[in-house]
Amino acid sequence: MKSLARDRRRLGWLTLFLLVLPVFLRNPYYLTVANLTALNVLTVAGLVLLIGYAGEISLGHAGFWAVGAYGSALLSLRLGFPPVLATLVVLAAGTLLAALLGRVILRLRGNYLVMATLAFNLMIYYFLVEAEDLTGGPPGLPGIPPYRLGPYTLSGDLPFYYLLWGVSLGVLYLFFNLVHSGEGRALRALSEEPAAACLGISPLRYKTLAFAMSAACALLAGALYAHYLSFISPKTFDIFFSVQLVTMCLFGGKASLWGALFGAGVLTPLPHLLEFLEDYRDLFYGGLLMAVLVFFPEGLSGLWGRSRGGHARD
Amino acid sequence: MLEIKGVSKRFGGLVALNQVSFEVRRGEIVGLIGPNGAGKTTLLHVVSGLLFEDQGEVRLRGRSLKGLAPWERAARGLARTFQHIRIFPGLSVLENVLCGFHLRRRAGFLSALFHLPRTAREEGYLREQALRLLASLGLAEKALLPAETLPYGEQKKVVLARALASNPQVLLLDEPAAGLNERETRELGTYLRALQSQEMAILLVEHDLNLVVEVCQRVVALDQGRIIAQGAPEEVQNHPAVLEAYLGR
Repeated sequence: MKSLARDRRRLGWLTLFLLVLPVFLRNPYYLTVANLTALNVLTVAGLVLLIGYAGEISLGHAGFWAVGAYGSALLSLRLGFPPVLATLVVLAAGTLLAALLGRVILRLRGNYLVMATLAFNLMIYYFLVEAEDLTGGPPGLPGIPPYRLGPYTLSGDLPFYYLLWGVSLGVLYLFFNLVHSGEGRALRALSEEPAAACLGISPLRYKTLAFAMSAACALLAGALYAHYLSFISPKTFDIFFSVQLVTMCLFGGKASLWGALFGAGVLTPLPHLLEFLEDYRDLFYGGLLMAVLVFFPEGLSGLWGRSRGGHARD
Repeated sequence: MLEIKGVSKRFGGLVALNQVSFEVRRGEIVGLIGPNGAGKTTLLHVVSGLLFEDQGEVRLRGRSLKGLAPWERAARGLARTFQHIRIFPGLSVLENVLCGFHLRRRAGFLSALFHLPRTAREEGYLREQALRLLASLGLAEKALLPAETLPYGEQKKVVLARALASNPQVLLLDEPAAGLNERETRELGTYLRALQSQEMAILLVEHDLNLVVEVCQRVVALDQGRIIAQGAPEEVQNHPAVLEAYLGR
């Protein structure tokens, strides 16, 4: 209970900080980066539940981004759904499909599961590229309508800053509730599957739950992304993005939801901040990744937890 | 309470269990002994559903457990510990025990997500119960430590508490005394005898024959997957077949 209160308090401070941050981000370009960071935080928070809590890795979450983005875009473009409704429909239907998919592929172990999720991502990707009539193919899909609430149209970086961070922090708030409950304990107990099973915890049920929740995060992030930028193309949702998301999760620390904030919060803006290094940028970026993962295998949040004398997972 | 009827299990050409039949009654502690590789742990796996029998069946309170997964068997009142502890790393001692309450939780996923009063109340109540259980094992002051940092003997107590938390009707213990020192083993014996008054059926797999003689009403001896003797502890302990199995031939 105490730890839930502590996490909520920290989340409160973070919210305050993020509320005033735009005042200092005068350059609209930085605001865009901050917005993309919020989307990545949202997605990686789901991955922390899947990878850190349920102990399963997915290299297919860019595929869920794509389903969220194209699903919501096409529903509003081709079928005339109000964008908000389109996003909610895609979120609900996509999460349900992810749960069904999860029930099948989560029976696979280790590398086989990774392959299955990778295959899912590739299938989605090639569908987007090939089904040109529907998706616009490789050049992408322009003209996605913005969110509307009554007479108010949501567009521009600043309104989206508050929407995207509001959603991300809201989801983090809910997930903190979850991990500090019996449901969160059941997820973490999966690290000793037979023992968990003998206490009445069905591993498949809880892995499916974590998979569906992580998919929901990615679906929502994808949909928000589409209506934010009003243009999407398949290239954004290739498997390299999936790898990047998992990297953020491990870099930030998979054992704690704060890892999502550290991972996405550092790795999303970093390439932009390193642009002054020009040709040496990728070298530095890769070197930093390697250094953190080699010297701090628990990621940044693990390091933070340790330096505060606390247990990273409590 | 627990009936094992003609259970056989093969791994390739190896017969791990061969027509094993016996029962454990309510309020009874039955010892299961035998040399390494006799099939004791295999039998516990079959009873708890981690392995499925090739022949025969296991019945709990008269109902067959055939084809049921471990978590379904747990829901019917079965709990167990493991030879290799299998503590949940990264969770505190208290959280480990709370995992044992899994089947008693009523507040579900959505309630947890929104931290509804239902969940908060239930968590508080279960915490109290878990602390009480830990106190009965002398671990109350270690409740908030990461479980994997405890000494071996105390980890064994934690997983015992975790198994007891589900309030089982049948408890399977896989070598609870292995790795314990003499004092800890004596404490365990006292604790198990105290449990006996709770109408639980306990199946105790154990190498420490002194402990078995001390707490068990009946003993079943296995060798090469077959029952070679069963009856009163002293009787089985001195049975020629048992002596031969232990001392070699």
